[in-house]
This record gives sequence, structure tokens and C-alpha cells, in this order.
Amino acid sequence: MLSIKDLHAEINGKEILKGINLEIKSGEVHAIMGPNGSGKSTLASVLAGKEEYEITKGEIIYMEKNLLDLSVEERAKEGIFLSFQYPVEIPGVSMINFMKTAVNEHRKYQGLPPISSAEFLKYMREMKDLVELKSDLANRSVNQGFSGGEKKRNEIFQMAMLKPKLAILDETDSGLDIDALRIVANGVNKLKTNENSIIVITHYQRLLDYIVPDFVHILFDGKIVKSGTKELALELEQKGYNWIKE
Amino acid sequence: MDIETSYKKYIRLFEEISSKLKNEDSEFVFNTRMAAFKKFKDAGLPDHNHENYKYAGIAEILSEDYEFSLESRQALVDLNQFFECEVKDLDTHVILLSNGEYYQNNKPIEGINENVIICSLKEAKFKHKEIFEKYYNKTVSESNDSYAALNAMFANDGLFIYIPDNTKVNKTIQLVNLTHGFGNKNVFKRNLVVVGKNAELSLIICDHTLNNSKNFTIDITESYIEENGYLQYHTLQNEPNKSSVINNLFIQLERYARINSFVLSLHGGIIRNNLYAKLSGENSEANLYGVNLTDRKQRIDNFTIIDHISPNSTSNELYKGILDEEAKGSFAGRIIVRPGAQKTNAYQTNKNICLTPEAKMRTKPQLEIYADDVKCSHGATVGQLDEDALFYLRQRGIDYKEARLLLMFAFVNDILLKMEIEPLRNRVASLINARLRGEFSDCSHCLLNCHTRE
Repeated sequence: MLSIKDLHAEINGKEILKGINLEIKSGEVHAIMGPNGSGKSTLASVLAGKEEYEITKGEIIYMEKNLLDLSVEERAKEGIFLSFQYPVEIPGVSMINFMKTAVNEHRKYQGLPPISSAEFLKYMREMKDLVELKSDLANRSVNQGFSGGEKKRNEIFQMAMLKPKLAILDETDSGLDIDALRIVANGVNKLKTNENSIIVITHYQRLLDYIVPDFVHILFDGKIVKSGTKELALELEQKGYNWIKE
Repeated sequence: MDIETSYKKYIRLFEEISSKLKNEDSEFVFNTRMAAFKKFKDAGLPDHNHENYKYAGIAEILSEDYEFSLESRQALVDLNQFFECEVKDLDTHVILLSNGEYYQNNKPIEGINENVIICSLKEAKFKHKEIFEKYYNKTVSESNDSYAALNAMFANDGLFIYIPDNTKVNKTIQLVNLTHGFGNKNVFKRNLVVVGKNAELSLIICDHTLNNSKNFTIDITESYIEENGYLQYHTLQNEPNKSSVINNLFIQLERYARINSFVLSLHGGIIRNNLYAKLSGENSEANLYGVNLTDRKQRIDNFTIIDHISPNSTSNELYKGILDEEAKGSFAGRIIVRPGAQKTNAYQTNKNICLTPEAKMRTKPQLEIYADDVKCSHGATVGQLDEDALFYLRQRGIDYKEARLLLMFAFVNDILLKMEIEPLRNRVASLINARLRGEFSDCSHCLLNCHTRE
């Protein structure tokens, strides 16, 4: 599904990613761990297509397409979803209008007619229940006045609405209490099939108790320095990042 | 023409027609004209050298020569058929003005509350002399504005509305200003709106041009709201690029009186909106909103003066603008709190988005506070669309253009949400959406594609 080869990326002339190699197949869950500043969020942003980052070397092949040729919105419609570490508040744009526009843009891309209002509301209700999202959030402006937990849950709700092939969860566990973490993780697990893949970016092993990864990669100073199975996360938790730095 | 030539032209013109006006006017109205004429002669025509008109594009407006005539210009077609409002579910009493004159074939207004008076100003000055003379030009005469004086000199007709005490008007009144015919016209329009004690009125004023000439319009709407009265006032400016407008709204609020005013400048060549709100009575409240959308070489200039005279009065002012391409905008908001107007609440916000580096916006708050126990605030911003929000929307599959439109609409939508009449709010929302998309955003079946790109 996704093949990253020798990826180098920089922002404002500063190199952040210094040769990433990563292969992800359909149905796999990959965890990316690493200390602050190691390039985890940069990798997520580069995959989503954030234009501030300049790709200086390497390639990303996604579903047999050169990902770097696609715009942000084309990538989204090809099935790449980024759950933001800091979801953006957008006053004046209602969640309903936002999601309806997004769903219809996806449908148009797939050659489907726009969804009817009744169908859309029904679909939205189902997906809200799936992630245990309180119903009134949908009538509010996007993320405006949402608590930290609500924002993260709202990200997973949007993931449920858009059914991505590749979901990148950028520190979805940060700022969540243990109950919220369980709800968010349950939502993600319900959305998991053999067809889609997930990249979980996290500092802590905790989230991986709920979303169990097939592979764990440790990112340090812009490179993947160690890869393994889920046991690697446990080892990292015990030994700390200094173990990697040595 | 230059400013001096224009000034002389207006003086000559007035001297030429004053005897004819004297014959047709009531004594009161003619005296009003003469007083305005004197004021105009003394003050001259302000242009960019005058602080209040620095960014109004006066030189550009007056570089054209306009024709002014007292003679009625008969419309060749039935304007009622020409104009058909598309505001769905919005049931209004429609009144047409034809080149500033009350249209003679206006449909009769049926089913409106008893004792409500709706007629032409020409008729009101004689037939409803007492009410007319109690209010007409009262606030205008207190102003030093030369363009308002010009209107008082030349304006000969317009709409008169009187809502008696304790009357809540059951339907929105919609005034449609139609400008038509050949040649570049100087049009003077004048409306007088009186809302009695405990009375309520909702009014929409739409400007609509049916020709492709360069017209220069100077409007005045005076509104007097008596004790505990309530006026919902909406003005919708959707004019061609060639048009120039100086629009004046004068508001006077008595005790517990309220106004919600929406000045919606969706399209126009040069638009200058003057707004004077006088909070005369205790506990009066003025909520003054503005939306302006400009592109190409259009110009928008909002100039507002809010005058708190009595204690416990409140004003909320919120104006928002989006400027694209080479548009130029200006906002000047003056708040005066008079001595003794204690416990005044006055809040002013002006927010703008410039979509290109060439678009320019100037914003200037000006607070003059002469009382010591007041709450006043002001804030102004000129910025760009939020890049993070744009990325967020695009990451969900919404394309760049659509994401920008969503953000632009969201930017002005909080003002629309203040509109109480839902069908009107929805209609304005769709007009704004069409406008932001650069589509034809006309209010009616216009035969001329004057809003499409040249």
C-alpha cells in the first residue's frame, strides 16, 4: 500500500527527515515511536502533503501512485487520513456542513452522486454512535470550544465518516484520560479491516495496549533506527529513549 | 470634472431649479433645502483632503459628469413585472422607487396593520404634514456632512413609513430602488422611517440598477425609533462596477428603543456608507452590523459615528470585510460618549481579510469618552485566511477553492446569524456564496449582465 524510500524532507532549510524507509501493506498497523523532535509529526505532515515541507530526496509510492505528485486534497480522496495532533478550530463552519462537503467531495472523486440530506444525517448518526460522540457536537463549529478529548474523538469520528485506506493517527492519545483513550481506541478498532492500514504515532506504549500494532518502528533524528514487533514498544517503555540514543 | 467644478455645478444647478422646487414644496421642505444649500455653499465638497472622506474615492466619482433632472422619467415597462423578488418564503410588502421617485404604479399594499402609513415623501409632506415636519431632516440638519446637505437640497421623493404606537407590522417591508434609463445619472433618494412607541418594523432596502450607465447615487434614510420601538433594518447593495454610491443612514433612538442594522455591501464600484446612530434615550440599544465583499478595483468605505447621549445605552458594532484582487477598503468607527452618558456599553469590532497582497484595507477606531463610568472596547484586524484551517479542510478532501470559500463564508456568517428573519438570512447567505464564487449574484431577473466580468 505504502512504500517510502530514502525520504528526506526539510523545512526552512532545516533537514528533519534524513532518509526514511518504510513499507506498509494492506491490513497492517504500524506504530511509530520516538522522542520529541525526532520527526514523527513531520513524517505525518509530509504524507498528508503539507506544503511547508520540501522533499529534497526519496520517493513515496502509495497505491501504485507517486504520492508526491498529488495535492493535499487528492491524497485525502485517495484515502489518506491524518488525525491531527492539534485539531484546528474553525469558527463559523459547522461540523455538518464540513462533513457533508467532505463526504460529497470523496463521492464525486469516486464517481458517485452527492448523498441525500436524509441519508447523510442517518450515516452521520451511525458514525457518531460508533465513536460515542455526543450528538450536539455535530451542530457546533468545527472543533470550536471542544475539550481536548472531544477534539480527538472528533478526529476519529471524521475518520469513521471518510473510511480512509491509510489512517495516520498523530499522537491521538495525547491529552486523553484513560476512559477517553479507550473510547477512541475502540472506535479505531471498529474501523479496522483487512483492507485498510493504520500508522499510529505515539510517545507511549499505553495506546498500543488498545490498538495493537503489527510492527513498531523507532524514529530518531529523522531516521528509523529500529523496527520490530509489538514487544519492541514494551522494551522501549522499560528502557527509555536513552537506550536508543546510545 | 474636478472638485471645484463639481461644487460650482451643484450650486448653479440648485439656483436654476430652486424656483420650481419652491412652487412644488411645502414651505417647511423648501426652508430645509435653503438651509442645506447654505451649509453646502459654506462647507464645500469634501474630497480626499478632508479627513472624513480620505479614502472614499470622491475624485474618481466626480471625474464623471452626471445628469440631474427634476422631471420624472417614465419607465417604458411595468416595473412591477420587471422586478420579482426571488427571496423564497419571504413574504414582503414590495415598494418600488424608480430613479429615486416613488413608483406611480406600485401595487397597493394589502393586509397591513391599520393606521400604518406608507406613501411617497412627496405625498407625505402635505398629507401627513404634522408627522412629517416633526421628523424630516432633524438628524440630517445636525450633521456637517456636505453630501447629506446635497441630498437635502435636491432629493424630491422617496419612501415615507410611519408605524403608529403599539403596532407590530406583520410583514417585512421591502423597498427596491430601481435605477434605469439612459445616461449617467445623479440620483438623490430619501426615505423617512418613523417607528412609534412599542412599535416594531422590519425593513429591507435593495438597490438595483437596470442600465449600464455610470450612476452616482446619494441616499439618505432617516429613522426615528420612539420609546421601546424596534427596527430591523437591512440594506442590500448589489450594484454594477460602474456605480458610485454615497449611502447615509441616520438613526435616532429614544428610551429603550432598539435597532438591528445590517449594511450588506455585496457588490458595487465605489460604495461609501455613512452611518450616524444617535442614542438619545436611556437604555437604548444599537446593534450595527456590516458585511462587505469587494474585488477587482472596487472601493468600499464605511464611516460610522455612534453617539451615546443618555445613560445606560448600549452599542455593538461589528463590521467584516473580504477584499480580493486590487480592492480597496476603509473603515472608520467613531464612538462618542457624552458627559452624563454613564453606564454606557460600547463595543466595536472591525475584521478584514485581504486575499491578495494588492488588496488594501485601512481601519481606524476613534473613541471619544467624556464620562467616567463606561465600558468601551474596540478591536480591528486585517489578515489572511487561516492557513492551518485551510490545510485541515483540504486534508479531509475538500479542494483548495472550496475550502477557501468555506472559510470566507464562515468569516461573515456570524453576522448573518444575527438576522432574525430566517428566509432573508438564507437568501443573503446564498447571495454571498454566489458572490464569493464569482458567479452572477443578482437579486432579480436582471436583463443586463452587468455583474459579469468585462
